[in-house]
Amino acid sequence: MTAAVKDTLSMLVRHQRNFVRQPIWLVFALTQPMFWLLLYSQLFRRIVDLPGFATDSYVQFLTPGVVVMTAFFGATWSGMAMIDDLDRGVVQRFLATPARRGALIASQVLHTAILCAIQTVIILGTAWLLGARVERGAAGWFVIIAAAALVGAGWAGISHGIALVVRREEPLIAILNFFGLPLTFISAILIAESLMPGWMQWAARFNPVNWGVVAAREMSSVQTDWSRAGLYLGLLAAFATATCLLASRAFESYRRTL
Amino acid sequence: MAAIEVEGLEKTYPKGVRALDGLSFVVEEGIVFGLLGPNGAGKSTTVKILVTLSKPDAGEARVAGHDVVREADAVRGSIGYVSQASGVDVHATARENLFLQGRVQRMPQLELRARVDELLHTFGLEEVADRIVRTYSGGTKRRLDVALGLVHRPRVLFLDEPTTGLDPEARAAMWEELERLAESEQLTILLTTHYLEEADRLARRIAIVSRGRVVVEGEPEKLKRGLLGDAVTVELANGNADSAAGVVARLGAVEEAIVDGRHLRARVEEGAQAVPAILSALEADGITVAAVTVSRPSLDDVYLHYTGRDFRAEDEAGSAEQ
Repeated sequence: MTAAVKDTLSMLVRHQRNFVRQPIWLVFALTQPMFWLLLYSQLFRRIVDLPGFATDSYVQFLTPGVVVMTAFFGATWSGMAMIDDLDRGVVQRFLATPARRGALIASQVLHTAILCAIQTVIILGTAWLLGARVERGAAGWFVIIAAAALVGAGWAGISHGIALVVRREEPLIAILNFFGLPLTFISAILIAESLMPGWMQWAARFNPVNWGVVAAREMSSVQTDWSRAGLYLGLLAAFATATCLLASRAFESYRRTL
Repeated sequence: MAAIEVEGLEKTYPKGVRALDGLSFVVEEGIVFGLLGPNGAGKSTTVKILVTLSKPDAGEARVAGHDVVREADAVRGSIGYVSQASGVDVHATARENLFLQGRVQRMPQLELRARVDELLHTFGLEEVADRIVRTYSGGTKRRLDVALGLVHRPRVLFLDEPTTGLDPEARAAMWEELERLAESEQLTILLTTHYLEEADRLARRIAIVSRGRVVVEGEPEKLKRGLLGDAVTVELANGNADSAAGVVARLGAVEEAIVDGRHLRARVEEGAQAVPAILSALEADGITVAAVTVSRPSLDDVYLHYTGRDFRAEDEAGSAEQ
């Protein structure tokens, strides 16, 4: 194993262990998607009467959207952990060791992606009880989990990049809150794409959150377009790579301020 | 070979703050070396460069024989760094912190396990070893900070303000800990401090840093002895302190007289003999004295002598800036 992989795994163990010690966070993280599944899907259940939904069950339609939205919002907060480590001098302590620099970011991003995957399994399980089905079996589950994990990794990269630049919690929260709702609305999370106004459909094509929704939803449609799902997973992988590189650049610029 | 060699370091921060202005010193192996100076003098910046966190604009530095810029990884493997901000993961236990530190320092698993047990024992952390660090007292946490810096048996240990923020009791305990460390380990320790008594007590040699430069370097005792005579401190009850300084400075026995608020500090050859002359001179000028103390020169006086500035006033100004 190379040093970079070893260091990433050592630090990943640290993040996961610390997270498991505070299971309350998982409960908090899962409260919101449950409200979407249990309340919102009921409140708007007649919406599928409109033409454009390929299903007559709104919870069936909504579930992939809730999965991706949960990964998105969870990941935007992930940079808080970096700010905590900066404040407490943990980052500086590691920087004075031979630990690979990239491992500090990579471990955080991987941690977020794994959390998103776990949340996805729980959400899909709950949705199953409400009658929502993943139509494409194990491969379908895999694609949905991958979509959530990649959305999580991509936004974790952005969140960490911003965290390393602003280095304070308040501006990080303010910046990410600013993007949260517009990116949720300019996507097919809550409504079928064909029902969106033309300009929003156009804008959604550039929204990485929506890429995850498109890929995941193919797996719960009666007709699955595998190449479309594959294309969007590929786009998400490119997005996650790009944001992680951006976060590394932010890390470099942070190191220059020391 | 010297453990640390620093030659002409310069560093200016982006906002134009000149932190280091040609700083140089050498630390021989196996001793405790104190970088002493008020807040804002450039001590922490120096340490950050020596532990490879930061790069100098100019100048060179070698730690354990390696260049801090060109051979940064070799330096990182041979040093321990205990920063002011601790750096402990407070959500994990002491044992977990030590293990992770050993792993990123590339220690083999078996050796690491033995070393962690040894350090937990040495630093009196056995009882709390498997408790979350957040529950520790300030002193206990600080001991873990130091232990973390020692996991991989570094040749040079950097302690940046090791006792700042500790209560007097924990500070005394930390001093004892560091004294023991200096004796037992084959280790060179560089510590920065703005406590004169800390440098006096722990360091074999010190360098006094002021405004980004070393103003004087040597053994604390010799530096103090180098200042002939005693320090006389006069607390004024009334009258203008500056004119009082003028009066006292004109006395033949007085070599130096400096004002610090209501206090007038004079350096004289023989304290007991000079006091009556100082008092009568002040009285003749209509200045009332509240108290007089005579003391052997301290590092305060050394600082004053070499920089012409009062240590405490500089220290407060420096912390206000930060």
